[in-house]
Amino acid sequence: MDIVTPAYGLVFWTGIVFVILLFLLAKFAWKPILSAVNTREAKITDALEMAEKTKAEMKALQAQNEDLIKEARAERDAMMKDAKETTTRMIEEAKNGAKVEAEKVLASARETINSEKAAAISELKTQVAIFSIEIAEKVVRGELASDEKQKVLAEKLAEDINMN
Amino acid sequence: MKRFLTCLVALLIGSTVFANAEAHAEDGSKKEKFNVSDMIMHHIGDAHEWHLWGEGHEGTSVYLPVILIDGGLKVFSSSHFYHGEVKGHGKHTYLVGEGPAAGYAMSHEKIYKLNGHGELHFEGDHAENIKPWDFSITKNVAALFISFLLIILIMFSVAKFYKKNGAVAPKGIAKFVEPIIVFVRDDVAKSNIPDGKHGKYVPYLLTIFFFIWISNLLGLIPVLGANLTGNIAVTFFLAICTLLVTVLSGNKNYWGHIFATPGVPKALLPIMIPIEIVGIFTKPFALMIRLFANITAGHIIILALVSIIFLNQSAAWGALSVPMALFISVLELLVAFLQAYLFAMLSALFIGAAVEEAHH
Repeated sequence: MDIVTPAYGLVFWTGIVFVILLFLLAKFAWKPILSAVNTREAKITDALEMAEKTKAEMKALQAQNEDLIKEARAERDAMMKDAKETTTRMIEEAKNGAKVEAEKVLASARETINSEKAAAISELKTQVAIFSIEIAEKVVRGELASDEKQKVLAEKLAEDINMN
Repeated sequence: MKRFLTCLVALLIGSTVFANAEAHAEDGSKKEKFNVSDMIMHHIGDAHEWHLWGEGHEGTSVYLPVILIDGGLKVFSSSHFYHGEVKGHGKHTYLVGEGPAAGYAMSHEKIYKLNGHGELHFEGDHAENIKPWDFSITKNVAALFISFLLIILIMFSVAKFYKKNGAVAPKGIAKFVEPIIVFVRDDVAKSNIPDGKHGKYVPYLLTIFFFIWISNLLGLIPVLGANLTGNIAVTFFLAICTLLVTVLSGNKNYWGHIFATPGVPKALLPIMIPIEIVGIFTKPFALMIRLFANITAGHIIILALVSIIFLNQSAAWGALSVPMALFISVLELLVAFLQAYLFAMLSALFIGAAVEEAHH
């Protein structure tokens, strides 16, 4: 069978052509093509990795930012609370101070009033005594203005004494 | 992968059925004036001319150079045979060379030296005369050169694109070729050659894949196509290449499996060693037969289907013959790729087995 008998002529030419083809392609085609494809694949892999990394970094940053915001918020809240407390305390203190002061003023006023009152009373007493003496003097003077009156008085007095 | 194998099995079964049908058709047509068997054998075989159209001396052919080594190098056009005197009859027909081809004759595309009587002496179907060394540029050698040029043209322009543009997204022809290159690199080489040793073999596998694929496709072109990859000489050389690459890359583990198969009792080794040695050769032998048989079968089916018209001598049969031939032609486009893939994949598998490290 001719069809299944390899013809050496064709084997020879196939050999030459295939070996040259293999050499030429390996050197001038496969090498640059594969290196370009590999480089590009490496580039894509790198880019993807970088993107993944950046994403993770972004996430970390975001988390960090959130933490910072949380911290700031907490700090602000604490400060607000502090301020509020301080204000309340100051108001309280002021109120208390004012109360004490007012009481003090009231007490001293009362004291003053009392002492003034006492002074006034004592003066009034004195005045009244003076007026009483004056009145008594005037009365006595009137009683003793004439001899008759003096006699009457003396008699009256003597009568009183006698009666006793 | 699985799908490819399913396709392969379907194709092999399909081919067998068609081949049988063809064999029956052959018997029936022997008495006809139009001899299907001869026509098909002529078309799938090699020739010293590139026949385009027409018959005999009125036909149009490109005459290819005949190169003989017979007491010195002799180079002349094959037209000196085809235009020569026709002698003999039937299977014993031969063409006597004239001019520079004087002293030689050609029978069934084989060149013989004329005997003392100036004729060929037949014994059975074949001439008994001495044959000079024939290194002619036959139709298949010419087709080989065309495949070579086409592949160089395509791949160099792809390489030029990357050299010019660097590692960028491919455009134009590079866009078409690159996925196939990556496919061969990843799915043929990387997945069959273990331990990251595939890098060294990728250029060989790429070359063998594209050579077979493009030659298969060129062979499918009507009128202009030659049955290059369906010629056993070509598949023989390609199989030898895979055999050499496999054997030369074989490591200790590979040879160990051949000469001291692990787990086999020493007493059995005298039987095992010859079997393993035969195994080295059967693998590439199967590669050779598979490619040759598939491509040749494809050509035979198409030719046989077209022959229906000529056997019945009625163009009306074209209604049956043309759709069927068209269907097979389209199928052959798939087979062209499939066989290239299989040859490269199995080569990678054999190389992979040769370079694999021992796994205990």
